[in-house]
Amino acid sequence: MSSPAHTVVSVKSYTIIFVLLMVLLAATVGAAFIDLGRLNLAAAMAIAVIKAVLIIMFFMHVKYASRLTWVFAAAGFFWLAIMLIFTMTDYASRG
Amino acid sequence: MSDTATGHAHAHQFESLEQQREADVLGMWTFLATEVLFFGGLIMCYTFARYHFPQAFEAASHRLYVGYGGPNTAILLCSSFTMALAVRAAQLGRQKALVRFLIATIVFGLGFLVVKGFEYHTDYVEELVPRFHFHWDGDQAGHAEIFFWLYFVLTGLHAVHVTIGVIILSVVAVMASRGKLAGEKHITAEITGLYWHFVDIVWVFLFPLLYLIGHR
Repeated sequence: MSSPAHTVVSVKSYTIIFVLLMVLLAATVGAAFIDLGRLNLAAAMAIAVIKAVLIIMFFMHVKYASRLTWVFAAAGFFWLAIMLIFTMTDYASRG
Repeated sequence: MSDTATGHAHAHQFESLEQQREADVLGMWTFLATEVLFFGGLIMCYTFARYHFPQAFEAASHRLYVGYGGPNTAILLCSSFTMALAVRAAQLGRQKALVRFLIATIVFGLGFLVVKGFEYHTDYVEELVPRFHFHWDGDQAGHAEIFFWLYFVLTGLHAVHVTIGVIILSVVAVMASRGKLAGEKHITAEITGLYWHFVDIVWVFLFPLLYLIGHR
C-alpha cells in the first residue's frame, strides 16, 4: 500500500488529465446550447461528476492512496447524496 | 522515535513518518467533508428552488454571461494543473520549481477573482443584485430573485474560499522559498493542494448549475 506522499505522478499523466478537463469544459458548454430536453441536466451533471472524479483521483492522489483515505474522501459526498436524494424523493412524491 | 540519520523525523505521537503523512492527509479530507456539506446545504436549497421554479431559473440563468463563467472555469482548471505540478516538485525536493508553480497558481487564483469582480460589476449594472439593486421585467420576478440570491451566496462563498486559498498559497510559497518545505515537510504543499483542488471541484459544479441552464 503506497502513501500519497510516495507516489510521484508523471508530468505526462498530469498533462493528459488537464487536457481531458479542458475538453470536458468545452463539452459541457456545447451540450448546454443543444436542446436535449430533460437530458440537459443529466448531461451537465454527468460531465461535472467525471471532471470531479478526474481531479480527485489524479490531482488529489486518491487513486494512489490507502483504503482509509478512500473512505474519508467518499464520506462527505455520500452524505450529500443522502441529503439530496431523500429530500427530493419526498418533494417529488407529494403530488 | 525519529530517524534523524536520514533526515526524516516524525512527531513523537506517531509510530512512523508513513503514519504521520496519512494522518495529515486524512485530517485535510475530514475538513473537506465538512466543506462538502457546507456547500451541500446551499446546493440543496438550489435543487429545491429549481425543482419548483424551473422556468424562472432558466430565464434568470440566461442573464449570466458564459463569457465570464467559461473562461473563469478554464482559469481554475489551469490553476489546479499548476498546483498538481507544484506538489510534484515538492515531492521531488525541487524547491525552485515548487516556488514557480505556486506563484503560477496564485496568479491564476487572482485572475479568477479579478474576472469575478468585473462580472459582479456587470451584474450590478444590469440590476441583478437581489434586494439591493434588482429589477426584473419578465414573469416570476420573485422566483428569479431567488436564483440570484443563490448565485451571489454560492459564488460569493466560493470566492471567499479562493481568497483564503491565495493567502495560504502565498504563505506556503514564502516557506518554500526559505527552504522550509524540504524533506518530509513537503506534505504541507500536498495538504494545501488538496484544499485548492477542492475549491476547483466546487466551481466545476457551480458553473453548469448557475450559467448553463437557460441556453437551449
